[in-house]
Amino acid sequence: MADQVLTIPDSLSVSPPQIADETFLERLHGWVVTVDHKKLGILYVLYSVFFLFVAGAEALCIRIQLLRAHNHFLSAAVFNRFFTMHGTTMVFLVGMPILFGFANYLIPLMIGARDMAFPRLNAFSFWLTAFGGLLLYFSFIGGFGLYGVGSAPDVGWFAYAPLTARAFSPGHSTDYWALALIVSGFGTLGTAINIIATVLSMRCRGMTLWRMPLFAWLMFVVSGLTLITITPLTAAQIMLLIDRYLGGHFFDTQAGGSAVVWMHFFWIFGHPEVYVLVMPAFAIANEIIPVFSRKAIFGYPAMVAASAAIAFVSLGVWAHHMFTVGMTSVSNAFFTLSTMLVGVPTGIKIFNWVATMWGGRIRFATPMLFCIGFLFQFLLAGLTGIMLSVSPLDWQLHNSYFVIAHFHYVLVGAIVFNIFAAIYYWYPKATGRMLSERLGKWHFWLFLIGFHITFDTMHFLGFMGMPRSIYTFEPDRGWDRLNMIVSIGGFIQGVAVLIFAVNLVWSYYRGQPAGDDPWDAWTLEWATASPPPEYNFATEPVVRSRRPLWDLKHPEDPDWRYEQ
Amino acid sequence: MSTISLVPLTPDQPLDLPSRGRVGMLSLIIGESAIFTIFVVAYVFYIGKSLYGPTPAQVLEVPIFNTVCLLSSSFFIWLAEGSIEKNRMRRFLLWWSTTICLGIVFLVGTAREWLKLIYHDGLTIRTNLFGTTFYSLVGLHATHVVVGLLMLLLVLVFTLTGHVKESHTERIQVLALYWHFVDAVWVVVFTVVYIIGR
Ligand SMILES: [Cu+2]
Repeated sequence: MADQVLTIPDSLSVSPPQIADETFLERLHGWVVTVDHKKLGILYVLYSVFFLFVAGAEALCIRIQLLRAHNHFLSAAVFNRFFTMHGTTMVFLVGMPILFGFANYLIPLMIGARDMAFPRLNAFSFWLTAFGGLLLYFSFIGGFGLYGVGSAPDVGWFAYAPLTARAFSPGHSTDYWALALIVSGFGTLGTAINIIATVLSMRCRGMTLWRMPLFAWLMFVVSGLTLITITPLTAAQIMLLIDRYLGGHFFDTQAGGSAVVWMHFFWIFGHPEVYVLVMPAFAIANEIIPVFSRKAIFGYPAMVAASAAIAFVSLGVWAHHMFTVGMTSVSNAFFTLSTMLVGVPTGIKIFNWVATMWGGRIRFATPMLFCIGFLFQFLLAGLTGIMLSVSPLDWQLHNSYFVIAHFHYVLVGAIVFNIFAAIYYWYPKATGRMLSERLGKWHFWLFLIGFHITFDTMHFLGFMGMPRSIYTFEPDRGWDRLNMIVSIGGFIQGVAVLIFAVNLVWSYYRGQPAGDDPWDAWTLEWATASPPPEYNFATEPVVRSRRPLWDLKHPEDPDWRYEQ
Repeated sequence: MSTISLVPLTPDQPLDLPSRGRVGMLSLIIGESAIFTIFVVAYVFYIGKSLYGPTPAQVLEVPIFNTVCLLSSSFFIWLAEGSIEKNRMRRFLLWWSTTICLGIVFLVGTAREWLKLIYHDGLTIRTNLFGTTFYSLVGLHATHVVVGLLMLLLVLVFTLTGHVKESHTERIQVLALYWHFVDAVWVVVFTVVYIIGR
């Protein structure tokens, strides 16, 4: 908690009038037809947290199967379905919706707006995304039914051709994959358009672009990147469906088509997608680290510039996923160098975060703990990324557990950690109650320990030659013990996530009341009530600096004297 | 609690923010451009890679009339934009209907072209790589023309029933932006399919 909580004068926060008791059906109806950005944001987050549990359970099943050599927990076919669904779910139904959920909830509050630019489009996008998720999971019971685990996709989350061709992927499993992602892709596109329009057109008085919270800035950059990232996937999936249903030949090598073209198209989406996922995590760190270090962010313009640079460079690195395909050495050299180039802006960001913490009075509350974990793990993930960008080393390590370890370090070690940080940080705003710090600390430490047991060990399995996506292995490879350790780490993480779930529910009813501004923070969302009234702010806020609440709380020493 | 804002009102002018409709439409156009880019890249990459005929040179005819129709519709919708801005609703109706007619002529032209290709030349989407990429790319563009026409028709209906007024200028212009985009894409598709690819 804050060392000294300075109350905000009854400025922008006016308690909402008490609404008469509604019946359960009325409330449910209210949630379904809502166009309010805060409710939609919460729906996004709940939707993603639900799928986080589902995909986590799939991961644990995978880990049980790999607990020891020749295990018979999952059949080979089911194993394929599970790792495909795990990957697809985590990227499309967890990662993107949850980050867009935070953007939805927070951006209008942060820039002092009443709502998003297009509230109805917002609702439409959410329900498209939700329908995409349902469609994907309907595959488990669709087709052949639960017998053989339905028709769940089993072609890997990157669905390489020609495995996805009619001949090799009969039935509808691949169609579920393509259609579900096209549908949720349009939802994503809608949300991205909405965020861009909100940031550019809905800012309150005095909120120039250079006074915008970095969270809004980064989500703006991410949305711009999303526009040109998610659409190539949609295009490629339309081609895939043309191949499968109309007898087209895009990826049909027997008619002159090319399977490598699919790889290019997929990774033209797939690599920037990593930044679509990780930059919102940066955005979260940009809000939390300064507040808990009690210092303004170091190098605000550099942060913005670095984000734009990352978005730009990330468009030209996709083929580092294809070094083993057999490209020309010029291409290999180009994609090696461009990939290494990403390290420069990301390095700038890491230095800025460390410089923000440097000399600050750091409060080790749960959100900050997760952010510190993020910093450490993201650094390591970046380093293994640079290793993998060296094409000769990649030839050795490609499709091994080293790659799995590397990208889980990014996706879990950086992104999931910051998603947890964000939930601990903004839960009080959304619900009016604090999450339990005690359970939060348990959650953090168990998750951290489990994470490192699992993913540190995976690097070594990769060096020892264990390939990804295998459903079992021979006992004489020497992988037994390490696989056992990896699985144990997985279960420790599972326990931590269960604690988190308990915390979410328990604190909703029993948590300590939060008040408007529990963290003594500086951005506008903390100026209104918790939870905010439907209209967000009673009067339109006017800001004069990047930290409007600092100015309010410290009229003798406001930021706008120094910022220019 | 007080409802008075305690934030001191500063001399800050209200920001000059861009219209959200325009920003939204431009964002959509950027996204759509990426979709088209992928299809165009696929088309260009597969030029001359078909293992069997018919080839573009054998069957494609350059649709000059069609192209003139579609591109000139951009000019007429621009006239319509200008008319509604000056509240000349009669003229607006005239130019708007002209745009729609030209769009329909374009679609009819495409339909006739496809009819010839399918029944006379025996080229379908499954015949060869050329067929696959040709129908996908031209079809994707035609789909956008259809969507654009539906929206234009909607506006036409509202105009005829007297619901469109000068105050709707901005929305009309946002819609026109989409139509201009569809026309601009045709320039690319035309160049790639009928000039480079033939
Ligand atoms: Cu990559």
